[in-house]
Amino acid sequence: MFVRLSAAIAAFGLLSSAALAQGAKPTDPQIAHIAYTAGVIDIAAAKQALSKTANKDIKAFAEDMVRDHEAVNKQALDLVKKLKVTPEDNDTSRSLSKNAADKLAELAKLKGAEFDKAYAANEVAYHKAVDGALETLLIPSATNAELKSLLQTGLKIFQGHEQHAEHVAAALK
Amino acid sequence: MTPRWALPIVAVLVSGMSVSAHAETIQISMENLVISPAEATAKVGDTIEWINKDIFVHTATARNGDWDVTMPPKKTVTLVLKKAGAIDYYCRFHPNMKATLTVGP
Repeated sequence: MFVRLSAAIAAFGLLSSAALAQGAKPTDPQIAHIAYTAGVIDIAAAKQALSKTANKDIKAFAEDMVRDHEAVNKQALDLVKKLKVTPEDNDTSRSLSKNAADKLAELAKLKGAEFDKAYAANEVAYHKAVDGALETLLIPSATNAELKSLLQTGLKIFQGHEQHAEHVAAALK
Repeated sequence: MTPRWALPIVAVLVSGMSVSAHAETIQISMENLVISPAEATAKVGDTIEWINKDIFVHTATARNGDWDVTMPPKKTVTLVLKKAGAIDYYCRFHPNMKATLTVGP
């Protein structure tokens, strides 16, 4: 669990330290790409959970993740189209995707209650990391008002997910 | 002479009219994951119009099980109140969204 936690946090740690090292904030096209990628990752994790779990709380939680993250990402796509911004791939998005792929592979080997616990623990850690990055880096760095507002809505809904994940994880213990 | 069948029809029309004359429509919005107003009052027979301004699906789910309404993103859904009571309700998908609806007789 600690390994998983630190992996998730390290992904965003990389982001902050890379940005700090360059002395530059991520640009709006980069922020859009990071936020969208973070959503795609959680949707993939939820779909994996739906295909593996028999636990109804995990199932309901995963369904919530798919529904909400797809809604945010659809809005994000509409917004970048409207603003004529092309989301720009970047080191943070790449390390997020890489870590997520490793995590999917790791969780794929688990079954039953073991899988449920690992998924729930990772969702807590992941949402914590994403919420932290939104709050301290992505939202303050966004220059476009509509992008900032969408990120703020995202933060609010993901904080709810974080609470929900904590609840689910606690109930599994 | 009034035919016998006319009487019930008149009665239905009158009662129907009296209900619609008193019934009100109350709007409650869900925006940015907040229900407002958080406390509303209504009467049996009134219609609640829940206006979902968010990009997310929300529900208005009564804790006592009286009703459970689902609102797709950016849609308005109505409910005619049939029972009195002070009802705490919330969104099943986003349980931090909570409100109270007091329904008078």
